[in-house]
Amino acid sequence: MIKAEQKPFEEILEYLAPYNKILLSGCGACVTVCHAGGEKDGALLASALRMARQKIGKPLEIIESTPARQCEPEFAQELSDTIGLVEAVLSVSCGIGVQTLARLFPAMQIFPGVNTLFMGETVEHGVWEERCQACGDCILEKTAGICPIARCAKQLLNGPCGGSSNGKCEIKRETDCAWQLIFDRSKALGQLHRLTEIIPAKQWGVQSRDSGPRRIVREDLKV
Amino acid sequence: MSTFEPKIVAFCCEQSGLPAAEMAKTLKLKMPDNLELVPVPCSGRIETLYLLKALESGADGVVVFACYEENCKYLQGNVRLKSRVGYAKQIMTKIGLEQERLEIFHVATNSGVKFSEFLLQKADQLRPLGPNLGKIA
Repeated sequence: MIKAEQKPFEEILEYLAPYNKILLSGCGACVTVCHAGGEKDGALLASALRMARQKIGKPLEIIESTPARQCEPEFAQELSDTIGLVEAVLSVSCGIGVQTLARLFPAMQIFPGVNTLFMGETVEHGVWEERCQACGDCILEKTAGICPIARCAKQLLNGPCGGSSNGKCEIKRETDCAWQLIFDRSKALGQLHRLTEIIPAKQWGVQSRDSGPRRIVREDLKV
Repeated sequence: MSTFEPKIVAFCCEQSGLPAAEMAKTLKLKMPDNLELVPVPCSGRIETLYLLKALESGADGVVVFACYEENCKYLQGNVRLKSRVGYAKQIMTKIGLEQERLEIFHVATNSGVKFSEFLLQKADQLRPLGPNLGKIA
């Protein structure tokens, strides 16, 4: 899922300074799981913002709402009635949800309340790690289910590099070397022979973000 | 002369803080004038939001009476509380609220005297700080 974390409180306060009544819109999907922008996290931020503004004598009224998925227009439309009651929106969904609101409500100022960081998994309660960079050409079948694009600092397709030491990465010593993980898991699965195959360079300009924003069209699903 | 009497919201774990409060009441021990007790089944039930909401809703100080560490009926409740209070304090720093306005105090069921003494000390500590300027009352 998409992982995010709340923006610095001062930054949020600064761009909400001109407003007296806002909508704080959370999202019931990814940012709920990573505790950045779900219903509870939104309520916590709203409470803190109200108190901070009250303290400086500029009360801020906040309407809180959390659509099930802010990035889906069907759910985001639920905010239509509330939008008319406020001067601005603080969205604590990921960058996708913010843009969905910006598209649906062109006359409304929408501010992001979180920084969207990566696509990742929960490795333990309160800890999330990056797992996918949406390169557009998955090679996990060749790398024992461990992605070198997302998890190797150098995105090596045929690793490891010389900086791998005792299973750790030279860029960040606390980070596991992705290619060590790939080797260990391939060995455990009896699949080491797969690593003798050279993985060709990716066509970054074709499937990845390098050729501009990507789009999927499924004609069979269009209405 | 100031007549400000800080409002203290005291969350009380039903396994420790609440029996201590009842003992203090039975012993007719002195308590702060402006006190609201909120029983909770375990201090681990208290979420960060509850602590902030208490401050937002009018408390000048928030205290959580929890079991001693390693003495939680539900094993990890008071450990989780500690993390949440720590997080709430980080948020309070950002808001500009004094750290003294939020505190955990560990008690046992028979700590009626400690319960009373701590609350009276807390009221004395909060009085010079004045009202919580973030509260919306």
